[in-house]
Amino acid sequence: MKSAGAGGRPAGGPALDGAIAAQSATLAFGARRLWEALTFTVPRGEFLVVLGPNGAGKTSLLRVLLGLQRLTSGSVLIDGRPPRRGDPRIGYVAQYRAIDPDLPVLGRDLVGFGLDGHRWGGGLRSRASAARIEEALDLVGARSYADTPVGRLSGGEQQRLRIAQALVSGPGLLLCDEPLQSLDLHYQRVVVEQIADWNRRRGATVIFVTHDINPVLPAVNRVLLLARRRWALGAVDEVLTAETLSRLYDAPVDVLRHEGRLLIVGADLGAHEHETVLDAGDHA
Amino acid sequence: MTSLWQYAFVHNALLAGAITAIVAGCVAPFVTLRNMGFGVHGLAEVSFAGAAGAVLLRLPIELGVLGASFLAALGFGALGVRLRERDLAIGSVLAFSTGCGVLFLTLYHTYSTEAFSILFGSILAVGTDDVIRSAAVGAVALAALAVIGRPLRFASIDPEVADARGVPVRLLSTLFLLVLALAVTVTVQVIGVLLVLTLLIAPAGTAQRLTLHPVRVMLYSTLIALGATLGGIVCAVYTSLPVSFFVPTFSLGAYLVARWLGPVQRGMPGARATH
Repeated sequence: MKSAGAGGRPAGGPALDGAIAAQSATLAFGARRLWEALTFTVPRGEFLVVLGPNGAGKTSLLRVLLGLQRLTSGSVLIDGRPPRRGDPRIGYVAQYRAIDPDLPVLGRDLVGFGLDGHRWGGGLRSRASAARIEEALDLVGARSYADTPVGRLSGGEQQRLRIAQALVSGPGLLLCDEPLQSLDLHYQRVVVEQIADWNRRRGATVIFVTHDINPVLPAVNRVLLLARRRWALGAVDEVLTAETLSRLYDAPVDVLRHEGRLLIVGADLGAHEHETVLDAGDHA
Repeated sequence: MTSLWQYAFVHNALLAGAITAIVAGCVAPFVTLRNMGFGVHGLAEVSFAGAAGAVLLRLPIELGVLGASFLAALGFGALGVRLRERDLAIGSVLAFSTGCGVLFLTLYHTYSTEAFSILFGSILAVGTDDVIRSAAVGAVALAALAVIGRPLRFASIDPEVADARGVPVRLLSTLFLLVLALAVTVTVQVIGVLLVLTLLIAPAGTAQRLTLHPVRVMLYSTLIALGATLGGIVCAVYTSLPVSFFVPTFSLGAYLVARWLGPVQRGMPGARATH
């Protein structure tokens, strides 16, 4: 595993390689076990999609990586160290949450929180900080509505601001929790493209939680599927097969391919229907 | 009429009023941001018990107000994470402490005048030392707000991400309650326990009808609080009617005018911030 310290990024502080290693990681809340003996490594720069039904522990996995949730047993290391709450080298796009349209909070404020929201004080920003916020706004194309109250923006505009907020500190590891939720197809593409761009150009590791792999297929390297306390990790073609899914779900699951699309029958991946359409497009 | 302005009590009242308005005007936007109107009212009612207790024990009223509201702030901070639970807790404590306040005042015999001044304020009776005390308490409140302002906003708007970024969300919640306790202590003197909301919420509500730009909200909120307080004191001096009638009247009047004429329409998606 590479150690931290590789430079070349605009972020302040030491760089984060963003390599993750889980060893027999198990998480349980009381008697309810979410996942057991999770063992994997994610090399630096990988785009990993985490799939699974509701309640499978996808968000909890992110919380473990953020240092907000302790494992029941086993270990998870980021660049060889246990996760630390408040690590500025980790960007986090939380699940969509509506913001009151009457709150006096501008788009620019929301992005700025990603840079210095954790620091005491309340005064003016330095010119350098303001410039970095502008840069992040440009990165997601949000400059035109940066001075609009956040609660009055559309879901897609808000989501782009949240991504800018996560990117403004120049993270080497980006954790995204259902960032496509409540977005239409156009914005789903835009958001995936922005995150994939950060992944490719900055070599940042991305952990992308979703229940619909369809929009992320062009960007994904590997898939981690969490279901019924079990897990499977591999390329899309290895994990999303009738064989693997049937083993995970303890039930016959069919994967039908039709004109480059995948239709999974009999397994719940967290979508609202029992059938999930997967687009097996041009993934590697 | 004009000869009234020669008296020191008028000067003191205006000074104490200005200090209170500045503190309340700066704190109020955070109260609306955190949806804590009920919490403010709860702190004020608890401070009533503190004031009444101080009267009974022949201690300074301000000390009772400050002590009780500080204890309540720490209590609310320890109790309430979930909004609903917090409101239930505040509601119970609020009623209990008002009962205690009534009991204390019954045990003390000059009941009516003391009760009246605690409930409705006594701005026209403040002395120079009261003004200095208000300035000191207010300065501490504003200094604390300046230190916690940015992370407090982050934690109020996006507690999950703030938590992940290392913002001490629960600690900030308690620290803000303590700032509120200081603001309530300053405000009670002017307007009384029952009417603190007129300075600790209403100016921010009015300001948010005029603009949604965060810096301007704070500025307008402070100016509105100043206008209502100083205007109320001046009218009271001229008419000999209670200050506690005029201040909420101006405060409500400003809100209604802003509501009818203000450029910010409530909850309209697509409406942009105005300048």
